[in-house]
Amino acid sequence: MKTLLVAEYRDGKLLGSTYELVAFAQKIGAESSMFLVGSETVLPQYDGTLYLADSSKYGEFNPAVHKQLLLDVIAREQPEMVVFSHSSYGWDLAPRISLALNAAHISEVVEFVDGVPVAPVCNAKLRREVKANTVQTVVSLQAGAFGLSSDPVGSPRVERVETDTAPQIEFEGYEEAEAGGVDLSKAEVIVSAGRGIGKPENIAMIEALAKSLGGEYAASRPVVDSEWAEHNRQVGTTGQTVSPKLYVACGISGAIQHLAGMKKSEFVVAINTDKDAPIGEVADVLLVADLKQLVPVLTEKLQIL
Amino acid sequence: MKILVCIKQVPDMESKFKVNADGRWYDAADLAWRMNEYDEYAVEQAVQLKEQVGADSDLTVLCIGPERVKETMKKALAMGADRGVNVADDNSHQKDPFEIASIIAEFAKEQGFDLIFTGMQSQDRGSAQVGVLVAELLGLPSISTIVDFSYADGRISAKRELEGGVKARVSCATPALVTCQLGLNTPRYPTLPNIMKAKKKELLSVELAELLKVEGKQETSKIYFPEKKGGGLVLEGDASDLADQLIQILKEKTAVLA
Repeated sequence: MKTLLVAEYRDGKLLGSTYELVAFAQKIGAESSMFLVGSETVLPQYDGTLYLADSSKYGEFNPAVHKQLLLDVIAREQPEMVVFSHSSYGWDLAPRISLALNAAHISEVVEFVDGVPVAPVCNAKLRREVKANTVQTVVSLQAGAFGLSSDPVGSPRVERVETDTAPQIEFEGYEEAEAGGVDLSKAEVIVSAGRGIGKPENIAMIEALAKSLGGEYAASRPVVDSEWAEHNRQVGTTGQTVSPKLYVACGISGAIQHLAGMKKSEFVVAINTDKDAPIGEVADVLLVADLKQLVPVLTEKLQIL
Repeated sequence: MKILVCIKQVPDMESKFKVNADGRWYDAADLAWRMNEYDEYAVEQAVQLKEQVGADSDLTVLCIGPERVKETMKKALAMGADRGVNVADDNSHQKDPFEIASIIAEFAKEQGFDLIFTGMQSQDRGSAQVGVLVAELLGLPSISTIVDFSYADGRISAKRELEGGVKARVSCATPALVTCQLGLNTPRYPTLPNIMKAKKKELLSVELAELLKVEGKQETSKIYFPEKKGGGLVLEGDASDLADQLIQILKEKTAVLA
């Protein structure tokens, strides 16, 4: 099978997810070539053909133009599968490509079982096998689902690609995450609040538990969106990625985006009333309990240790 | 200004899910249904735009699905949409993103909408394709995953949410489509007077056959519960006992209490 991997580049850097695409192609035993709108000064370590468009000319986010550049490469390469990361870049560009190719697009693939792509359903509570009815397919891979077992090596054969397609959207620049606040990546213990805390006042009990363990408190996305906690305490793909010695997830169901931000924690404790919550998949210990009862009791006992 | 917002009804994600009889989707029985969370932000932004534009604006809410989706549509009407259009389909859960997008595009193509709002994905299927596909089918520019939106003089300015808390500032001319990310705004709770008013608003039904002219490109062949990995310990019981057990475990397995 022949695959075309769509690598990503942002703000002068090649994104690490590029190597997840390479790992995926290796895992399914496919040939690959790669497409990138980026810069020749930052090439991926990759043995194969790299179709490179210049991001200083075509922009880092410019869907109509990237679409045409990529379609031209697909016409030359004739891949059976076009592979994206399921990222803000990938889920924006992939549907445009699948429609133009009249190909099935299978989103957020977490694994291939006997050649069949598998994707999560309902916040990862369920999974589904997806059957494509088209010969050519587009897949986008969940962040972190595929990884290289060793450091990437090689240098690509670069083929430059050009287009004169007009943009539809104007890119005006990046806005960095709010600076300052808490660097959760350095915390050894993190106690994190999810939607299950129920009301903003309960952040205080999460903070108290964090303190009793000598750590920081954090929050999942719904808690931050509700403005119960600051964005600089958010753990997950759109917040911080953390790897503490202990992560205590309180009332967090375990959406994929949250798990991606904390699954490298050394030891995970989950407190949840739902025994089947996906957080249980990554938890070393799942306490099936109402956090509003358990957390204050636990904090008190820790304080007198 | 003509505005369209597309919504989906999904089960409450806290539900106890079961696999249905043919093993290819979740069982729809005994579930609590609600508006897809992403779409609540889409409806709110559409209503805010309608309020900004004033009298010369018209907001339609579209939803594909069986009779029960009308309950969810009524919420959108109570939030401020002017009318609802239900594409009646008892098997919408079997449609792939391309079919759903084609139905919406077929509905929208002759109507001259200046702006179309969708959620960036659904909570159940989570493909994150439909909004962008609708725009492509209609030949409109689209901006996905927005967390900030403004409109002035025929142009929209938006911020896309990227990974790691970074945002991209982008703009484009209308007509256009945007897909809405969580946190874009604060969706309003419908007030009782507005719930009453919504009961009098137009809620049309359109036959699926009028709008579905394509075939799907993919299907779910099997749905199942993921295997529990890792063999994590599951503890139940009284809060005080659980706290003692956990402290013991933390002493044995981690260095954080040392």
